Amino acid sequence: MSELPTPTPVPALPELVCPAGSLPALKAAIDHGADAVYIGLKNETNARNFAGLNFDATSAREGLRYAQQHGRRVFMAINTYAQGADIGRWQRAVDEAADLGVDAVILADPGLLDYAARRHPALRLHLSVQGSATNYEAVNLAHELFGVQRAVLPRVLTLDQVRHVIEHTPVQIEVFGFGSLCVMVEGRCLLSSYATGESPNTHGVCSPAKYVRWEQRPQALDARLNGILIDRYAASEPAGYPTLCKGRFEVQDETYYALEEPTSLNVVAMLPQVIAMGVAAIKVEGRQRSPAYVAQVTQVLREALDAAAGMGTRFQVKPAWQQALGKVAEGQQQTLGAYSRPWR
Amino acid sequence: MSSKSTLQLALGPVLFFWSRDEILRFYAEAAQWPLDTVYLGEVVCARRQQVRTQEWISLAHDLADSGKEVVLSCQALLESETDLRRLRRLVENGRVHVEANDLGAARLARQQGLPFVAGPHLNIYNADTLALVQRLGAYRWVPPLEMDGTTLAAILHALPSRQPAGAAPIQTEVFAWGLMPLAFSARCFTARHYNLNKDDCQFRCLEHPDGMRLATREGQEFLTINGIQTLSGGCADLLPHLAALSAMGVQAVRISPQWQHTEQVVQAFADVLDGRVAATVAGERLAPLAPGPLVDGYWRGVAGMQAVEEEDHAHA
Repeated sequence: MSELPTPTPVPALPELVCPAGSLPALKAAIDHGADAVYIGLKNETNARNFAGLNFDATSAREGLRYAQQHGRRVFMAINTYAQGADIGRWQRAVDEAADLGVDAVILADPGLLDYAARRHPALRLHLSVQGSATNYEAVNLAHELFGVQRAVLPRVLTLDQVRHVIEHTPVQIEVFGFGSLCVMVEGRCLLSSYATGESPNTHGVCSPAKYVRWEQRPQALDARLNGILIDRYAASEPAGYPTLCKGRFEVQDETYYALEEPTSLNVVAMLPQVIAMGVAAIKVEGRQRSPAYVAQVTQVLREALDAAAGMGTRFQVKPAWQQALGKVAEGQQQTLGAYSRPWR
Repeated sequence: MSSKSTLQLALGPVLFFWSRDEILRFYAEAAQWPLDTVYLGEVVCARRQQVRTQEWISLAHDLADSGKEVVLSCQALLESETDLRRLRRLVENGRVHVEANDLGAARLARQQGLPFVAGPHLNIYNADTLALVQRLGAYRWVPPLEMDGTTLAAILHALPSRQPAGAAPIQTEVFAWGLMPLAFSARCFTARHYNLNKDDCQFRCLEHPDGMRLATREGQEFLTINGIQTLSGGCADLLPHLAALSAMGVQAVRISPQWQHTEQVVQAFADVLDGRVAATVAGERLAPLAPGPLVDGYWRGVAGMQAVEEEDHAHA
């Protein structure tokens, strides 16, 4: 690309980008204060390719109409990696998004980004978190090659590292603010395909439900993924979905959450710093979650963002916010994730 | 495989944390092994500085004098400016190529005009992306570990029509032996095991030169912890598929270093490629030396941890 697009100015307050796995979730997000929602098509072109989720052309058109009526934006995630020699299905998904008139597409695959930039020069491109861009050199390459205007950073950087990226790129930076926590770098985790043959990169799924089996035993409940014992719950323990990095395993005769405990990321406490450093957008994870979840999280983050705007150091987290978010958090626990150094 | 194969043998970078003396000894020995290409450098963790960047470069240049193709492998997860500074030094080493495992590394190599190997962590899953990476300056690529043989064959078949005009065909190298690097994290699982902070990890990875075994609560070998990296518990073994690899246009196979017996693994592969030993025989010879149960599920398009089938070894 010979001429780089002028970087869009960063708004004073980060855009609140919320998940919509269905039309009711989309409406819930918009009704509760999302600036933008992101959706996916009903196929393997997006990283939440779950049964019963996502949009066809009709529901997408209705969603866009609803969003536009309220002055909000719709992004479409086409963020798995196109597989093999024929990437036509992924290209058609990009064409469909452009035809629908979405405000941006969220892509990870370089070959697909190249296609989108050439075929639809007016279509705004966001680099998906699945694109694994953790440093400004990577973000800037995507800018030079494809004119990417925003990049979503993997949930592995500290706040200082996020700031460093922002200071060295014309590309807007979006970060995760709330939701289920991937402890691995997005786009760089093959654990799911190692266990089941299907991964986020290849099939848009992680620890897919069709491989999950629950086995009730006299003293325990076993959660298996493709036959592999991911966790075993005593009668007194609440059982969680067997996402394979969140199970209890044995390492050197110790049994524990060897990789990650089931937790949710929650950056509400850090909002003033996030705003001050010029983050362009805060993303909520969870297209697989219910409209009620989307409504609850969107409402709290909207309120917190508005409160943090202009308050600087006087910003205080309301206990009611954390309580509300705590109720919908995975494993009922929350963490500042990689943003806060002590976590590491 | 009964006749001599044209497949080349490559030694991947050491993924574990070994002491400086051990690294130097390892490469002094590797210089004598029947290898075409040697990759070296720290791919996993920025805190691993037993061998400093400048020493990796000197070591690479010394090895290049021995007549092998030498490639400096770059860190896969680049987070800080320090990471980027080290990366720039590798790219500007002035003599040998680099293996880019991140788009940032690809950008720097491109700016430098340095041909590079597109490593297994660059996420090249289709012919269009491969052609794009080639335009950026890649002369060789390593497909993602999870790519199956059928998909790879389709990509290689489609490639000529996508290649830049007049360009030499990009070479393909497939990860064929060793524990497979499956995931990276900002978090260190070795430090977590010892209840240490990552920033004060006391370099406990040094005590685990083949990583730490992670098993299910039923004792099934599952994964391997290696600092911020998670590897497979099973050992990739594509010995039964070497003829198929060669037939579809793959140029090289990669052996990933292990704490012990790497030389025997290299020799066994070389024997098979030279037609001196049947793959079945070599497979039986290597099974007891492998760091985990032998698996080839990814190649067959099923779960990566699926074991190499007896009949596969028998029919190779």
